[in-house]
Amino acid sequence: MATTETPAPRQMTVIYNREDKIFRGVVTGGALTSLIVLGLIGVFLFMRGAQIFGDKGIQFITGTNWTAGSGDGVIPDDFSIGAMLVGTIVVSLIALVIAVPLAIGGALYLEFYAPRRIRRTLVTLLDLAASIPSLIFGLWGIEIFTGFGERWAVLINNWLGFIPIFSVEFDNFGRSPFIAGCVLGSLIIPITTSVAREVYSRTPRDLVDTCYALGGNKWGALRAVVIPYGKSGVIGGAMLGLGRALGETVAVYLLLNLVFRYNFRILESEGGNVASLIATKFGEATEYELNALVAAGFVLFLLTLVVNMTATTIVQRSTPRA
Amino acid sequence: MSTTMSSETAATVEPQTPWSTPRAIRIRTTSVVALSAAFAVVVVLFTGVAGIDGWAITFMGLSIVVVLARTSRAGSKERKDALMRVIITSAAVTAFAPWLSIFGSVILKGYLGIRPNFFSQDMRTTTPDDFLEFGGALHAIVGSLLMVLIASAITLPLGILSGVYLTEVRGRLTFLVRFVVQSMSGVPSIVAGLFIYTTWVTATESFSAFAGALALAVLMLPTVARTAEEVLKLVPEDLRAAGYALGARQWRTAFMVVIPTVRSGLTTAAILGVARVIGETAPLLLTSLSNSALRFHPFDGPIASLPTYVFGYLQIGTEYAIARAWTGSLVLLAIVFVLFTLARRFGGKDKR
Repeated sequence: MATTETPAPRQMTVIYNREDKIFRGVVTGGALTSLIVLGLIGVFLFMRGAQIFGDKGIQFITGTNWTAGSGDGVIPDDFSIGAMLVGTIVVSLIALVIAVPLAIGGALYLEFYAPRRIRRTLVTLLDLAASIPSLIFGLWGIEIFTGFGERWAVLINNWLGFIPIFSVEFDNFGRSPFIAGCVLGSLIIPITTSVAREVYSRTPRDLVDTCYALGGNKWGALRAVVIPYGKSGVIGGAMLGLGRALGETVAVYLLLNLVFRYNFRILESEGGNVASLIATKFGEATEYELNALVAAGFVLFLLTLVVNMTATTIVQRSTPRA
Repeated sequence: MSTTMSSETAATVEPQTPWSTPRAIRIRTTSVVALSAAFAVVVVLFTGVAGIDGWAITFMGLSIVVVLARTSRAGSKERKDALMRVIITSAAVTAFAPWLSIFGSVILKGYLGIRPNFFSQDMRTTTPDDFLEFGGALHAIVGSLLMVLIASAITLPLGILSGVYLTEVRGRLTFLVRFVVQSMSGVPSIVAGLFIYTTWVTATESFSAFAGALALAVLMLPTVARTAEEVLKLVPEDLRAAGYALGARQWRTAFMVVIPTVRSGLTTAAILGVARVIGETAPLLLTSLSNSALRFHPFDGPIASLPTYVFGYLQIGTEYAIARAWTGSLVLLAIVFVLFTLARRFGGKDKR
C-alpha cells in the first residue's frame, strides 16, 4: 500500500490590510468587554462602599454588629460584617467537606466503575444537576432535606456533643449552618464532579493499562496513577465549588436565620452569610445602610475573585490546552 | 470527514473480555446485595435507625462488612480493591441521591398546580391563599422570557466576539481574556445584582426588566464566551486555509467560513447561557423586584419573573402559596431541561 506523505504545512505570511485591522480591533474590543465589566464591578462597588470603609476601617470586617440607627442619632448606625464573613466561611467549609469526597467518589465511579449501559445516563444526569437553579436547591432544602438534616444533627450532637463545634445552646436543630452546609454541598457536587471527571478521563490510558499489566487491580491503578494524576485538577474543581458556595445567596437565605454574632457551633440554629445579608437587608435599607451593603458586596466580590482566580490557574495548569 | 469517522469507530471498538464475571458469581453477588438490602430493611423496622437515609447508611455499612467477610482469606490487595469498590460506589450513590430527590419532589409536589390557568393568568386579582384553580404565573413566565431575551441580545454578540478573538485573532491578550472570562464566571450572582443596582438602577432611579436583564447578562457572558470558544476551536484549520486560499481576507474568512460552519454550535452557546441564568434569583431581587401583574414594558418599573415568583410565594409560607412555589419550580426546571435537550440536539449537529 503506497502511503502518501503529508508535507508539513508551510509558514504563512500574513499582512493585514485596513479592513482586517478594523475587524481585529472590533473583535478585540468585544473580547475585552468581560475585562472591562469585571473592572467596573470592582470600581463601582468600591466607590459606593468607600464611605463605610472610611468610617469603620478594619472594624467593618471584624465587628459583629449590624444595627440600623434610629435616624435622629440616639442610636448610631453601626454596620460590620465579621459575623457574616465567619458564617460564609463556616457554611462553605461544611459544604466542601461534604462535597469533595463524594465528588471524587462520583467521578471515579463514572470513569472507572459504572457499567457502560448506565454511564451515559448518569453523565447526562450530572450535566442536568449542574444546571438546577440554586433557588430550587433552597426550596428542596427547606421543605424536604431539613427533616433528614435535623435527625442527623441530633445524632451528631448526641454522640459528638462534647466537641465544642457540635455542641448547642438550645435544643433546636433546624435552620443550622450544618443543614445549610449540606444543601450547599449537594449544590457544588455537580461542578466539582464534572471537573474531577474531566481530569480523570485525561489520565493516559497507557499508564492505567501498564498498571494492569504489572498485575495491579483496579484500586491499585487508581491509587498509583489516576488519583495522583488528577490531584491538582480536583483541587481546582473543589475551589470552583468553594467559589460558588461562598457567593450563594437564596439557598442560604432560605435556610438560615440571620444572627449577628460569631457562631462556630455548626448545629446551632443561627448563622447567615454575606450574600444572604445583602438580600435580607436590601429591601428596607436606608441610604447609609445601602452603602454598607454595597461595601459588603465588594468584600464578597474580592473574596470570590481571589478564590476563583486561584482555581482557574490550577485548573488551566492541570489541563493543558492544545 | 472520512478520516474523523474512521478514527471514531476505531476508538469505540469494544475490548474482548474473556475474563468477564461468570454467571454463577454474578448471581451470587446479586443475591448477597439483595440479602443485605433486605436485612437493612429489618434493621430500620426494628431498631432506632429511621427513614430511607438510615436504611441507605445501614445498607452501605452491611455491604462493607460482607465484602470484608468474603475477602477474609484473600490477600490485602484484593481486600482493598473490593473495599474501595464498595466505598466509591456508595459515594457515587450518595452524590447522586440529592438530585434524584430534587427531581422527584419538584415533580410530585409541583404537578398539583399544573392547570391551564397557571399559564394563562397572573396574580393581579388573586390572593396567595386562593385555590390553585385561580391565578397563575403567566406574568412571571413572560417577565423571565423578556429579561432573558434582552440579556441574550446583549451577551450573544459579545460572547461570540470573545470566542472569535480567542480562536481567530489570537492576539497578545489571549491568555488574559481566557483567564478573565473564567474568573468572571465565578462572580456571585448577588454581586452582579449589586453592580447593576449601583449603576443602572441608581442612574435611572427605577427598577426595571432592563436592569434585571443587564444583571443576567453579566452572569451569562462568561458561559456564552467559553462555549463559543470551545465550539469555534472545532473548526478545522484547513477550512480557514481554504478561505485564505480563495483570496478572502481574515474578516471574510471569519464571517463567511468559520462562523457559518459552527452556527448550530453557537446556538448551543446561547442556549446554555440562557439555561445558566433563567433560574437566577438573587440579582433580580435587587434589580427587577417582582410584580403580581402581567407587564411587557422593559424600562417601566418592577416586573415579575419565575425565580422571584417562586421565592416570593415560598416566603409567604402558607399551604397554597408553597404549592404555587413548587409549581413555579417545576416550570422553571422544565424550561431548563428543554433548553438543555435543545443544546444537546444542536451541539451534536456540528460534530457529525
